[in-house]
Amino acid sequence: MLHFPPLPENTRLFLRDTGEMSRFIGRFFVEGLRPRYEVAEFIHQCFAIGYKSLPLIGLTAFIIGLVLTMQLHPTMVYYGIESKIPAMVGIAIIREIGPILTSLIFAGKIGSSIGAELGSMKVTEQIDAMEVSGTNPFKYLVVTRTFAAMITLPFLVLIADAISLYGSYLGVNIYENLSFHLFYENILDYLFFIDVLPAFIKTFFFGFAVGIIGCFKGYYSTKGTEGVGRSANSAVVVSSVAIFIIDLIAVQITDLL
Amino acid sequence: MKKPNDTAVAVIRIQNLCKSFGTNKVLDQFNLELYQGESLVVLGRSGSGKSVLIKCIIGLIEPDQGSIEVLGQNALALDNVELDKMRTKIGFLFQSNALYDSMTVRENLEFPLRRHSINLSQESVNQLVMEALESVGLEHTVDLMPSELSGGMRKRIALARTLILKPEIILYDEPTTGLDAITSLEIISLMKSINERYHTSSIIITHDMKCVKLAADRVAILIDGKCYTEGTYDTLRQSTDEKIHPFFQ
Repeated sequence: MLHFPPLPENTRLFLRDTGEMSRFIGRFFVEGLRPRYEVAEFIHQCFAIGYKSLPLIGLTAFIIGLVLTMQLHPTMVYYGIESKIPAMVGIAIIREIGPILTSLIFAGKIGSSIGAELGSMKVTEQIDAMEVSGTNPFKYLVVTRTFAAMITLPFLVLIADAISLYGSYLGVNIYENLSFHLFYENILDYLFFIDVLPAFIKTFFFGFAVGIIGCFKGYYSTKGTEGVGRSANSAVVVSSVAIFIIDLIAVQITDLL
Repeated sequence: MKKPNDTAVAVIRIQNLCKSFGTNKVLDQFNLELYQGESLVVLGRSGSGKSVLIKCIIGLIEPDQGSIEVLGQNALALDNVELDKMRTKIGFLFQSNALYDSMTVRENLEFPLRRHSINLSQESVNQLVMEALESVGLEHTVDLMPSELSGGMRKRIALARTLILKPEIILYDEPTTGLDAITSLEIISLMKSINERYHTSSIIITHDMKCVKLAADRVAILIDGKCYTEGTYDTLRQSTDEKIHPFFQ
């Protein structure tokens, strides 16, 4: 009989968490596809998760577009290619900076809020109270929040991209006079559908990661208020790492196309 | 197991219930009956499995072995729909009240009514909400958030939410924990008046001896996962058994 040495504690915990997370994701699909559908709560969550994130994401996107343009300008002037600033900023924002930055801000705001909310509901027995009130808490809390994050993030990214490009347009106009029409024409000359579509599609996966990880961390929160804080923190850290990993995979797939 | 009288009907019958968490055996061949209209206090040390017991009854925790009969139905053999139906007949007062933080008092009370797929007009819902709040003396809090209420008020609102479906059985998990002596007495007297007014049967989990003395028709003591003994408060108080005596000191 073979005897394997015991696994180090960290490895064992990592494997255990990975297994639990996989089961949680599996349950999400099973429960999510089966009626009863919590439509009202889903709409409420779309409002809470999507609409209420808009000011923060919009402001950040605007500043990024503006600052990126201002930082690029001296170098582009040095090489005499300042006319290419709109195209360069446009491609960078739409392909990578917009989706990644918006998703990271979304993870910080929404991931932590979901983790803390569900964690506090768990430790104060509100999830149990929901169950005895004839509600499937997994459907009501996890499925609605994850779907809402998955659906709203791509649209937030689109809006953020538009705001960011407007910031860039203002940035260009600090140094020279360029019409709005010409600015966008310059971007569209270099931007193709193949740039936009993968960037849009990957944000569904980013949204799913933020939602499901936040819910998982909150749903299995333990050890009272300390556990709630840990759930919120860990939801942000893990979903941010997940966003980068998904992005890495998405870039590899896009390169194959 | 003694019946309070010969005609008493058991509304909950627990037989040989076992539940372990890892190697920790919390309930071990536990037997208990709750009769119609009585208030049964389950007494035990912290961590002895009292809360696990009532969570098994309501279906929040699945036992490893044994049977639980609630109002003549085998609670462990019910599917989700039947379990929900059974839960409309059982109220559960959580130790931490478990009021939904993001909802007003009205929404908290409406939640079980709407979720148990009971078809009621908005007018009937409003009436039931106000009736439940009136029974705990807190009609004026209907539009407040739980965070705006004191500990005692939150407990009363949680009790009102428990009452809204007019349950036949109420399970109280540590109803006086975290409350001052005066508020505890108010909650105990409210529990008694609810039992009389709505003719409910109740299981009260506690280690508060004032609550045991005032609320219990019968007391069961949970030791080492088993129902060690049962009887009235006065009988058990006079016991010289070394395992029972410390509870009444």
